[in-house]
Amino acid sequence: MTTIQIAVTFAGLVLVVGIAWFFWGPRRGGLRAATTSSGYQEAMVLVKGGYTPDLIVVQHGKPVRLNFRREETAACSEMVVFGDFGKSARLPEGETVPLEFLPEKPGEYEFTCQMGMLRGKLVVE
Amino acid sequence: MAVETSPIDAPAGSTIARLERDARLRRIELAVPGLDGRQAAEHLSEHLQAVPGVAVVNVNPTARLARVDYDPDRASVSALARAARSAGYSIGSASLDLGIQGMHCASCVSTIEHALAQTPGVLAATVNLATERAHVEYVPAFIDASALRQAITSAGYDVREGVARGETAVDQEQRDREREYRSLLTKFWFAAAISVPVIVFSYPQFFPVLREWLTMGSDARRLVWGALGVMTLPVMFWSGSQFFSGMWAGLRHRQANMNTLIAIGTSAAWLYSSVAVVAPQVFPRMELAEEFYDVAAVVIALVVLGLALEVKAKGRTSEAIKKLVGLQAKTARVLRDGRELDIAVEEVLVGDTVVVRPGEKVPVDGVLTDGSSSVDESMITGESIPVEKHAGDEVIGATINQTGSFRFEATKVGKDTALAQIIRLVQDAQGSKAPIQRVVDQVSQYFVPTVMILAVIAAVVWFDFGPQPAPVYALIVFVTTLIIACPCALGLATPTSLTVGIGKGAEQGILIRSGDALQSAQRLQTIVLDKTGTITKGNPELTDVVAETGFDEDELLAIAAAVERNSEHPLAGAIVEGARLRQLSQLEASDFEAIPGHGAKATVDGRSVLLGNTRLMADRGITLGRLQGEAQRMAEDGKTPMFMALDEVAAGIVAAADTVKDDSAEAIAALKQMGLEVVMLTGDNRRTAEAIGRMVGVDRVLAEVLPQDKAHEVQKLQLEGRKVGMVGDGINDAPALAQADVGFAIGTGTDVAIEAADVTLISGNLRAVVTAIQVSKATMRNVYENLIWAFGYNSLGIPIAMGLLYPFTGLLLSPLIAAAAMATSSISVVTNANRLRRWQPRPYGGMP
Repeated sequence: MTTIQIAVTFAGLVLVVGIAWFFWGPRRGGLRAATTSSGYQEAMVLVKGGYTPDLIVVQHGKPVRLNFRREETAACSEMVVFGDFGKSARLPEGETVPLEFLPEKPGEYEFTCQMGMLRGKLVVE
Repeated sequence: MAVETSPIDAPAGSTIARLERDARLRRIELAVPGLDGRQAAEHLSEHLQAVPGVAVVNVNPTARLARVDYDPDRASVSALARAARSAGYSIGSASLDLGIQGMHCASCVSTIEHALAQTPGVLAATVNLATERAHVEYVPAFIDASALRQAITSAGYDVREGVARGETAVDQEQRDREREYRSLLTKFWFAAAISVPVIVFSYPQFFPVLREWLTMGSDARRLVWGALGVMTLPVMFWSGSQFFSGMWAGLRHRQANMNTLIAIGTSAAWLYSSVAVVAPQVFPRMELAEEFYDVAAVVIALVVLGLALEVKAKGRTSEAIKKLVGLQAKTARVLRDGRELDIAVEEVLVGDTVVVRPGEKVPVDGVLTDGSSSVDESMITGESIPVEKHAGDEVIGATINQTGSFRFEATKVGKDTALAQIIRLVQDAQGSKAPIQRVVDQVSQYFVPTVMILAVIAAVVWFDFGPQPAPVYALIVFVTTLIIACPCALGLATPTSLTVGIGKGAEQGILIRSGDALQSAQRLQTIVLDKTGTITKGNPELTDVVAETGFDEDELLAIAAAVERNSEHPLAGAIVEGARLRQLSQLEASDFEAIPGHGAKATVDGRSVLLGNTRLMADRGITLGRLQGEAQRMAEDGKTPMFMALDEVAAGIVAAADTVKDDSAEAIAALKQMGLEVVMLTGDNRRTAEAIGRMVGVDRVLAEVLPQDKAHEVQKLQLEGRKVGMVGDGINDAPALAQADVGFAIGTGTDVAIEAADVTLISGNLRAVVTAIQVSKATMRNVYENLIWAFGYNSLGIPIAMGLLYPFTGLLLSPLIAAAAMATSSISVVTNANRLRRWQPRPYGGMP
């Protein structure tokens, strides 16, 4: 093996590890939904190439209202689906669409676009 | 046009305001829904009386009506409403949103508000400058939307024509889709136009003129290449802008998607080429300084074209919803103040009397009050045969009146109508996930990063061990692997089929509530049918009249009917109705006496009549003779016989039975043909139950089941290890429906949102169960086809792109082929899902 081959191989390995860590590695942060006067735990979620925030922390037993706002035209994100709660909503561009449900059991619940390409996580404590 | 009419305080339809023109005074009747008791009535009356200009107030607490005679010059409806409100009551009112054009200043707001407030019948008006909308609260019988529009127009502004809310969403979606399609297509044509010269100059060896001019290593060649590199830039960053913005947005969330793959693939090709043009000396040998601008341009052109076609095809998957929305009537003819008014369907209120002429659409749900007709309900129930409607029958909005004229009272309007509920249920279901989707989700979560890792590994292996020129091969393999992977096909496979399948069900009058139900329905092994109302019609009918020698059948029936008219026994109605159908003369019975557990006795035409069971006859010492045998035979057929004696002599038998629906046997045969075990569940005694079971051909009969034990019986079947579907009505059978793996609720008129059910059969027809299972089978087959295709494509395409076949066959894909394959593969998935749109339920006997 030439030096350059060794270098390329090494760079490739670093890249592989880097990709795996970047996409699958541990994540920090997350937004705790604030409880509003109406008794709902509310959070605003921006839909643009992904969900911002994509980790939302709520308490169980209290109703949750997530206000989704989609600011892109790509057809992929036109629906958001909470499979575990049987809830979904169509998100017309530039409109704020509220989605309400009651998380009864603590746990981690995913929400995704209809095709499962964009993902976010709801952590119920 | 009205956008949304909604009751504010109560069913606004309860506002029955009527004007009677007096010489000077005007009379109005205001509905006060919250009124409770005499004291409250007096309290309200005092407040109304205090309004200047009010002459007489009469509040009726039972009818919850306030009748006010007032001088229109001094008092107004809004003043009365304010007075009522200050007393703590609100009068039934409606609200309406109107779009306004031509508002350019803040003062316009007060001008319009003032103009509206001055209009009699308007309670309140607020205008929002930012949204250019007016929100008007008004007393519907006093004024309608056209008068409100008139008020705005005369103030010097235009009213924007709006559309119903449900329609807006669908229309907007279609508009968005159309815009997206056009924009993608423009991007494609631009990319394609640039691709042509880029390809030509990238392969000069195929064009004699160019071959001589652009020789390897010449300055001319480098210059031309440089020009190609510049030309390719707008293709990447304009035509392919969504790939880069999508990649960026994804990376910020540490997520990767199709955009990431395309963006990295094309940029790698572009960067390599640009290094080759700008600094060829970095390559150890000259033949390594190759350019791949054509890859960047063509890949983007093809993938963008693929996206455009996909958007178009995806739009077609939700056609069923568009059809449903299109069914909504636009206008309604209602009776107000004794006049027929054509109004927008959004303005129809609960309680309005609606007039429907032949050939017209029934605008909202209601109960027929006057007239009769046959109505085509196929668009809602999927039943092609028109339904006869008489006074007291339910009519469903969006169905088409065929022969006669009739009037009906509106009972459900706006978002409460059956059609609106159907649309909402279908949309919800289309957005839900089938369980299989969760598996796919797991895969797609790891898919894109895995492809990136594979591409890196493949490139390194080719660089280290591949043939010369190794860097060129490594690059090609890297780019091809990224480009050929198609996460979209994977992601689209389930939702597109589900959308089409659930829409298809709705067209047949079958509402499948979720992807879960759809997937479970095709795996059912046992179908439990509730007898009453599902297999049978649910209301007993007269079946036999047997007369002993010397008696006349019709005479016996007429006498029996006369007796039973006084009875409250469930079978009594069947006999009375039977006599009516035979158009027998009505006799009068006197001295009626019910004998609990036995029957009844009475006197008709001076003759003493006994009507009842064997025990009654035995108690009276009446010999039944051959009638005994007849009765036995009838009971075995599932009928309930009643003996009749005239003047203490056995005269005959009248028998009634809950009759089997015409197509029950046919539907059950079809279910059995599909390989399902069919079980009948009933509270009837075993003999009757088995008789009916034999008649319709079920496999098993579970008789004498108490209503509260139905769910338990379903559970017992499940414990036998079978997937159980339960068919029943949504009320009595709710626990059993919920217990079953799939609960099918037999529809009851306009109530379609049956909570306990996974599937609602709007037609109330057993055949719909067969169709529902067929729809589910066809849809799931389509889903599996899509998944097999998507998984197969990726798991074949990616290794080939990595060059796995090269050592054996010398086969290596060009990135251009990969791009074409990738674009085709996601379109194939959507096209396959669209194939379901042509699906039709198979007639019986054609089962696979």
